[in-house]
Amino acid sequence: MTLETLSNARGVSGNEAAVRDLILDAVREQIDEHTVDALGNLICLKRARPEGAGGEKPLRVMVAAHMDEIGLIVTGINNDGSLSFDKVGGIDDRVLLSKQVLVGDKAVPGVIGYAPIHLIPASERNKAPDMSKAVIDIGAANKGAAEGLVNVGDYVTFHATYQQLDSERLRTARGKAFDDRAGCAVLVELLQGEHPVDLYAAFTAQEEVGLRGAQVAAYRINPDVAIALEGTICDDLPKEEDDDSSPVTQLGQGPAITFMDRSFIADRRLVDLLIHTAEENDIPYQFKQAVSGGTDAGAMHLAREGVPSIALAVPSRYIHAPVSLLSLNDFDHTVQLVRAALSALQGGLPS
Amino acid sequence: MKERIRQLVEAYGPSGHEAQIRALIEEQVAPHADKVRTDAMGNLIALKRGSGDGKPVMIAAHMDEIGLVVTYIDEKGFLRFSPTGGVSPVTLVGSRVRFANGTTGVIGWEKWFRPEGNTSRPELSELYIDVGATGRDDTPVGVGDAAGFVRPFEDLGQRLIAKSMDNRISCAVAIQALSEMGETPNDLYFCFTAQEEVGTRGAITASYGIEPALGLAVDVTLVGDTPKARPMAVSLGEGPAIKIMDSGMLAHPGVVRWMIEAAESLEIRYQREVLQGGSTDARSIQLSRAGVPAGCLSIPCRYVHTPSEMVDYGDVQNAVKLLVTLLTGEINL
Repeated sequence: MTLETLSNARGVSGNEAAVRDLILDAVREQIDEHTVDALGNLICLKRARPEGAGGEKPLRVMVAAHMDEIGLIVTGINNDGSLSFDKVGGIDDRVLLSKQVLVGDKAVPGVIGYAPIHLIPASERNKAPDMSKAVIDIGAANKGAAEGLVNVGDYVTFHATYQQLDSERLRTARGKAFDDRAGCAVLVELLQGEHPVDLYAAFTAQEEVGLRGAQVAAYRINPDVAIALEGTICDDLPKEEDDDSSPVTQLGQGPAITFMDRSFIADRRLVDLLIHTAEENDIPYQFKQAVSGGTDAGAMHLAREGVPSIALAVPSRYIHAPVSLLSLNDFDHTVQLVRAALSALQGGLPS
Repeated sequence: MKERIRQLVEAYGPSGHEAQIRALIEEQVAPHADKVRTDAMGNLIALKRGSGDGKPVMIAAHMDEIGLVVTYIDEKGFLRFSPTGGVSPVTLVGSRVRFANGTTGVIGWEKWFRPEGNTSRPELSELYIDVGATGRDDTPVGVGDAAGFVRPFEDLGQRLIAKSMDNRISCAVAIQALSEMGETPNDLYFCFTAQEEVGTRGAITASYGIEPALGLAVDVTLVGDTPKARPMAVSLGEGPAIKIMDSGMLAHPGVVRWMIEAAESLEIRYQREVLQGGSTDARSIQLSRAGVPAGCLSIPCRYVHTPSEMVDYGDVQNAVKLLVTLLTGEINL
């Protein structure tokens, strides 16, 4: 299973089946048990290995990556054959303008059209357009023709195909939904190896609409420790020369450790464990230098009597937009860091 | 009791960084409790066992305080930060803060002594902490470290001022009640909760673990008795407040009645509280598992979420009396 396959797969919140099937096919041979719960989470158990590793009662570690991506949903089919839509998950209206999309399970191509420059008064050209009345154009002649192709309630994804870019230094790649297919791909990689803990790999549903899948998955698993794997904000693009304020993360500087975001405060022991593990193994790392966004850790840490939790992310430029960009070096380093951290956890959480 | 209050309000403990305040409270409750434990979220839970005829009751006083967390250190060693909990930038310029390792810093504003500094309010993004470092290398704290305000406790006689009356005054009330309490039929779980200021999070896991039959938060509440304040029928010195509702919770009517009857039997003054804006651990307890009857005993407090919060000592003492009476009797809602 490659990041490419997962990035190209389509799965807006609430409609994760296609992504789930791909993942299950890729990991089935590597795991001891799996279940798909009522919200659509895929929960895989890979017991501690080799036999006896982690002691008589190995630590139960839940590692979560969400399968769902942000997207749109069809709310109405208009008389002219165009489709009204609403957003699923956090999307800035401005990124919708003139984007190619795929509608429904049949992946009907469409475009979120906008008036050409010729028709836009000079006074309007410097303003963000009002996208509240925007529609998806699938080229249907009228309502009847559109109804033959799509239904109200169909999910819509952005249309972008994974592509590797700079292959030398940063090993960059471009594609959609790196938030959080990057995390899913890291987790799939981890399941290929052996770990001295009981690894509960949770591929969660509905993260983008409020960490909903992870909430019930963590309740079921009742883990000792939880780790959320993410594709997170990366804003290292050129700024004003003298602006020495915080980039949230930088491409190529390694996996980003979250100490706090809007949804949770990381367990300090886990922050220290990741830092220590990275330094001991010469794996680069950075901090997510902003208290913004939320992750599945926000739901997991509040499960039952509470779970020490942390989030670790592959920095991805332009998340929550039709296409994002990451460094495969960061991706590989994230796999390495989590693998080493799972080994370091075999004796339990440090005090 | 004032010495106890001084120790508690001067201790360090922003949300998620409660180890120091937890150790202090553990020391104070251990002699009076049958069992003390800390859960995965960092809540401290002290159990005083009852005679066996009563109910399991959860009393929650959050021990975390509002604070700041470092997000970035620039080349000259200035720290950028994000708030933990409801911190207004107006209270920050010139304030002093302290980190867990004892490092003290002062908060500066980019626009201080610039013309726009006279006409505008500071934004959080324009503020920074100066810990006296000259560069990244000699900065004694790191990204992710948290700071709390530093202010000494001031005893004005009847009125008390401190940085974190919210909610150490309630910790003091709960500890004092526990220490004065005799026999009780109820199993009393005194919870000193973590992470209340970032969304009443500690109480979520604590109440799941305890599974109480009744939940009572102890917390500060706002007042309407200062110049041109937003109208609110709670004043300093008029007695502890019995919460009817706030923006996160409607108190269980049976709990409200139980509290009012106890206050009237004690012949102490009390106030009925309706708080617009804000909530307490009671809202998390109330929604735990299949639901828990919950209420809140409030200590009226001026200047909440500034470095100088003020309470009335009479209100505090009456809150202790009320809490002891509530918890030592048989509870029938």
